[in-house]
Amino acid sequence: MTSVYTMDEPDERNRLDAMAQGVIGKPLDRLEGPLKVSGKATYAAEYRIPNCVEGVLVTATIARGQVTAIDDEAVLQMPGVIAVLSDDRMTARAAQGGAGKSPVRKVRDVQYYGQPVALVVAKTFEQARHAAKHLRIRYREEPDPLVDPEDERATFEPFEDPTVQGDLDQAMDAAAHAVDVVYTTEGHNSAAMEPHASIAEWDGKTLTLHSSLQMLRFNRKELADALGLDADNVRLASPYVGGGFGSKLGISPEGAAASVAAITLKRPVRVVLLRQQVFQCIMRRSETRQRLRLAADAEGRLIGFGHEAWVSNLPEEEFAEPVLQASEFLYPGDDRKLDLEVTRIHRVTAGSVRAPGEAVGMQALEGAMDELALAMEIDPVELRLRNIPERHPTLDIPYSSRKLEECLRKGAERFDWDGADRTPCKKREGDWWIGTGMATATRVHNLNKAEARVTFRADGSVEVASDMTDIGTGTYTVLQQIAAEMLGVDPGRVEVHLGDTDFPPGSGSGGSWGAASTGSAVFQACEGIRSKLAAKLGCAEDELTLKDGHAVTGNRRIAIADLLGDEALTEHARFKPGKITEAFAAAMYGAFFAEVAVNVYSGEVRVRRFTGAFSMGRVLNAKTATSQCMGGMVWGIGSALTEELAFDQRDGHIVNPDLAEYHVPVNLDVPHLDVLLVEERDPAGSPLQAKGVGELGICGAAGAIANAIHHACGVRVRSFPITPDKVLAGLPEV
Amino acid sequence: MPLTINGTDHDFTGDPRTTLLDFLRDGCGLTGTKKGCDHGQCGACTVLVNGQRINSCLTLAVMHEGDAVTTIEGFGTPEELHPLQEAFVRHDGFQCGYCTPGQICSAKAMLDEAANGWASFVSDDITAPVSLTRDEIRERMSGNLCRCGAYSNIVDAIAEVVEAGR
Repeated sequence: MTSVYTMDEPDERNRLDAMAQGVIGKPLDRLEGPLKVSGKATYAAEYRIPNCVEGVLVTATIARGQVTAIDDEAVLQMPGVIAVLSDDRMTARAAQGGAGKSPVRKVRDVQYYGQPVALVVAKTFEQARHAAKHLRIRYREEPDPLVDPEDERATFEPFEDPTVQGDLDQAMDAAAHAVDVVYTTEGHNSAAMEPHASIAEWDGKTLTLHSSLQMLRFNRKELADALGLDADNVRLASPYVGGGFGSKLGISPEGAAASVAAITLKRPVRVVLLRQQVFQCIMRRSETRQRLRLAADAEGRLIGFGHEAWVSNLPEEEFAEPVLQASEFLYPGDDRKLDLEVTRIHRVTAGSVRAPGEAVGMQALEGAMDELALAMEIDPVELRLRNIPERHPTLDIPYSSRKLEECLRKGAERFDWDGADRTPCKKREGDWWIGTGMATATRVHNLNKAEARVTFRADGSVEVASDMTDIGTGTYTVLQQIAAEMLGVDPGRVEVHLGDTDFPPGSGSGGSWGAASTGSAVFQACEGIRSKLAAKLGCAEDELTLKDGHAVTGNRRIAIADLLGDEALTEHARFKPGKITEAFAAAMYGAFFAEVAVNVYSGEVRVRRFTGAFSMGRVLNAKTATSQCMGGMVWGIGSALTEELAFDQRDGHIVNPDLAEYHVPVNLDVPHLDVLLVEERDPAGSPLQAKGVGELGICGAAGAIANAIHHACGVRVRSFPITPDKVLAGLPEV
Repeated sequence: MPLTINGTDHDFTGDPRTTLLDFLRDGCGLTGTKKGCDHGQCGACTVLVNGQRINSCLTLAVMHEGDAVTTIEGFGTPEELHPLQEAFVRHDGFQCGYCTPGQICSAKAMLDEAANGWASFVSDDITAPVSLTRDEIRERMSGNLCRCGAYSNIVDAIAEVVEAGR
């Protein structure tokens, strides 16, 4: 039987604090760490399956049109080539996160440059790749495809009902200080280190796919829908995922292609995307144009707040970069306008890339806030402190635990922040202008339903199982710690099995909800086991102490193995976010402080110091949580300085579809990252009092760097990334 | 065509287009070496050839007759880790783990390069013995991308091994 925890109200019990094992929150090394550092963790493409053949996708070289012919005759004569497939069950796009249904298929109806149109299968990878290069595709091309959001033909439509309160124009006129600015950000790619990969096996009834995916519960339905199979006849396995960052939320084209090939050819087929294909046919983060209007009274309190954003996506996609997500709740202002508009263009699918929304919305907002502080001549930290609203400015609901003020103050102290005089060009070291900047961090807290199974084995060891994934986030380890804490065993006695749809469906990894959601299912299962143990001992569950493999109640202490006898205890639990998600505005918060050096001649920017203070509810593992924050800050450096997808204006193809031309930060671009975790329990966050951590570190990070650049050299760049050419244009004479 | 991998003799007889990387992964089942880009841009496929680091995706297997190749499998096992591997675990110098074998192979070769006096872009004096400052480590590890953003911890892990060796 499955026990269900529906979270309708805050969980004030703080049960994890009442446990005795003392491992929750501790900086344990990753459970799977030894496997990963020794090359023994097996990723999707690394299963050795007898008789497996290799597929390579062929992608469209036009933006819009129809495939009229696939001249496969010559290719089929090439050594080792087995088949050329272009099948209606193959997917033309990656599925959006949480879709649960097939993405657009119709591979012969070309909607963007780089769309998969065919799969070449051969005995070896070398043969398949060579044949794929020589496969001739004929098209009927539609002239003048709309591929650029700046094209005058592009029309923008509201993506959802705008938020309009009061009269923002009037507030702007009445304001003692006002800022009205436009920021832009360019497209981003997740660029996970492991390219999307799948090996499909078909036994005539059941399809098994080893794949690199984030949310198996949804992915199973997506693939089944594409293939016309019953979801029960699809098994997915993703025990190790080489990074996701949103790009593996939904099934990607190689998964369905490998499956179709395996079904057609009746043998296992492996398809791995080339790195260029990862850029061309998975997901981009949309470019954004954002207008920010901030109206403040004489004391620096916001009376008006406007954030409008324009983004793009392919036709038929139900996703628009949620740029305004944090602006809904972060700052006050009775007169408000929030409006997100989308235009339909023929570029690769826009979808979730780490912290969709806040990642790009917050860096623009925090740049505008810096401009407001400068106009008012007050410390930008002080401006933030004056603008922490009492209640959600639109929904009029309370905030759940919010440690923004602590993050701002502690971060400032740790960084040795001096915000008194923000006049630029005050400090120079040799050929470098030196400046500091700060920004607020926030990311909305999400929960998702999740199931897990926990078994207390007769020998006193514990097994946790869920189809939840660990994409580098530390899921294996935090679930181990939750179970160890709740059941009073050494973490070394806990096995965690993830990433297989044969296990109960977890929340999947995305939107920073993984640990709080699946962790709560594990927590609920452990509570069930504790109740059963208490019943055996004839005590109330809350009178039971479990520690070091022993149960203690009153003056009795008994080894768990003795208590269990030969019987294992298994609990299958389900966590459901209930009314809690509507009752509070729940979010994670933080503050960034950056010091940069700007070259006085070239405009090159180096980040010299970077501090982040973050609050995310209960920290489940201080080591992995810190690492998650660091990762976000590295992404912030990339977003601030180097990352941009460049699209050809004629056909929308990505000009820089690889890791040589799309510049993610390298080691020397990143200084020592100073992360401070601010203690918090959020009863409305989850039964663990924990919230999410995976995305917070990016949300606003680039804003702190942009503000530091201004402080260093006086150049305000409102176009991210801030490449040297943009800085150079405004550098003072030296 | 004979070559040695982690001290074991191997014979390559495959398609001459096969990269060293694909031979290691698919021919030998040594999947610890990762394919991230297949174009020498990410460093995930870094292995040691006769002690020097190389992007194994940028070289063909047939070019390595008689060479001694060391992959991550030649360092340590999960039960008995190499000091670099231990340090990466302790300092959380990875998250998803996909770039990690390449980082560790690169780190090993980098330590040897420094010990042999090879200067880098950030060396103040290219004729002086190398002192592996944190910036030296950062520069010398910049050929290995980590999208999870574990750089700060990678530097801590390597610095600890440098310290222990002093």
